[in-house]
Amino acid sequence: MSRALPKFRLLRPESVEQALDALRATPGARLCAGGTDLIVNMRRGLVAAETLVDLSGIGDLKTIGMDESGLRIGAGVTLRDLADHAGIALSYRAISQASRAVAGPSHREAATIGGNLCQDTRCLYYNQSHWWRKSTDFCLKYRGDICHVAPRGKRCRAAFCGDLAPALMVYGAQVDIAGPKGIRRIALTDLYREDGTDYLTLGRDEIVIAVIVPPTDAASVYDKIRVRGAIDFPLAGVAVACLTTPDGAKQISIAVTGTNSRPVGIDVPPLQDREDPKAYFAALGKRMQKGVSPQRTTTIAPHYRRLSVAALAMRLARSLI
Amino acid sequence: MKRIITLKINGAPVEDAIDDNVLLIDYLRGARHLTGTKQGCDGGECGACTVLVDGRARLSCITLAASCEGREVETIEGQATNGRLSALQRAFHQSLGAQCGFCTPGMIMAADALLRRNPTPDDTQIKAALGGNLCRCTGYVKIIRSVRAAAGMGREAAP
Repeated sequence: MSRALPKFRLLRPESVEQALDALRATPGARLCAGGTDLIVNMRRGLVAAETLVDLSGIGDLKTIGMDESGLRIGAGVTLRDLADHAGIALSYRAISQASRAVAGPSHREAATIGGNLCQDTRCLYYNQSHWWRKSTDFCLKYRGDICHVAPRGKRCRAAFCGDLAPALMVYGAQVDIAGPKGIRRIALTDLYREDGTDYLTLGRDEIVIAVIVPPTDAASVYDKIRVRGAIDFPLAGVAVACLTTPDGAKQISIAVTGTNSRPVGIDVPPLQDREDPKAYFAALGKRMQKGVSPQRTTTIAPHYRRLSVAALAMRLARSLI
Repeated sequence: MKRIITLKINGAPVEDAIDDNVLLIDYLRGARHLTGTKQGCDGGECGACTVLVDGRARLSCITLAASCEGREVETIEGQATNGRLSALQRAFHQSLGAQCGFCTPGMIMAADALLRRNPTPDDTQIKAALGGNLCRCTGYVKIIRSVRAAAGMGREAAP
């Protein structure tokens, strides 16, 4: 059973500038958007903060713009609104499918794309009650000095489980980040690092304010493996985009979530016009297995998840050819 | 830290002084005595605490009460009007959609959110809308049947 929230001060800025000022003025403050990840973790005693900066009142973060120059999604757009956007469903199907695959419908009413991209990494030994974690002397990600998943390792292996990141990465998405020095734009893949504890390259005084997706003619798809059809985080999630080049080759992009401490892009060669698809997909499956590192962060065995990633990627890629 | 919030609960304007860290479920059950909203998993996993905020289904156990400033919150207590059960409540009663009844307020509120945006859902849409609501009696078939029946009542009531 969880517990009531610890005491904190809640700030509700109405603009990004006010939010940045709040972060600057209160070191240790945490950002909160929909709260579907942070509030749960605070209730479990995983996250403590004397001040929360609630971004849900900033109207500028809640807009979606789509034209010939591409797609711009404000970080405060809810996953429900993202899933309901007809233009995105038509032109960026994987993004639409990924937003609909997150948790349950009531979560998606509150959860935002910015929150989904920045959500905490997850592990069987971390997302537990305080007494459960205390019984194992805690872990590297929280208070402890050992990783129960990889006891000889030196870093936390908690897995990044956001559904949106891979669906955006296959389109080469970028993120706009507001900070004390203005706005910087980086590739979404550079927002992450392979460390379960320190998985974001985002500074404590910075805010992801928008996601930028270039225009594309690529077809795409996202699907995830999970025990139940709703609510569950992905044991593994795979996004695939496929673009047919003028010479008839199929340029395939693949990204995966749920297996590493960051979303992982997999380098895949194009399927040439007259290439044998059977041999190509067999090689693709092997490449997928090598490209991911599922650990004992869930109740489902790593080897099964590795095989599942390969099977899912092959199935999804085939569906686009 | 305390703050004053003003909001509407089941149509009635309300003003209260609350702590910043108070969750919507604790505010509704504790301060407003609206105990129809149930505390289940307490971590956003079961849907028993579902209420409507501005007509959209929200999990009150992971929603800060302070974030509902200026908004309209609806709970199961707001379903009946003048002593008459809502179509959803009648449908759950008649179609035996409630067994132990603990998940029922959350199920009805989630179903209400669905019917407002889609008055004639098919079973797939009903299942998707209730995907975040768990029934430990596992009476899902009759719950889905109840929502379907309520949608039918809505059609009959329409002019």
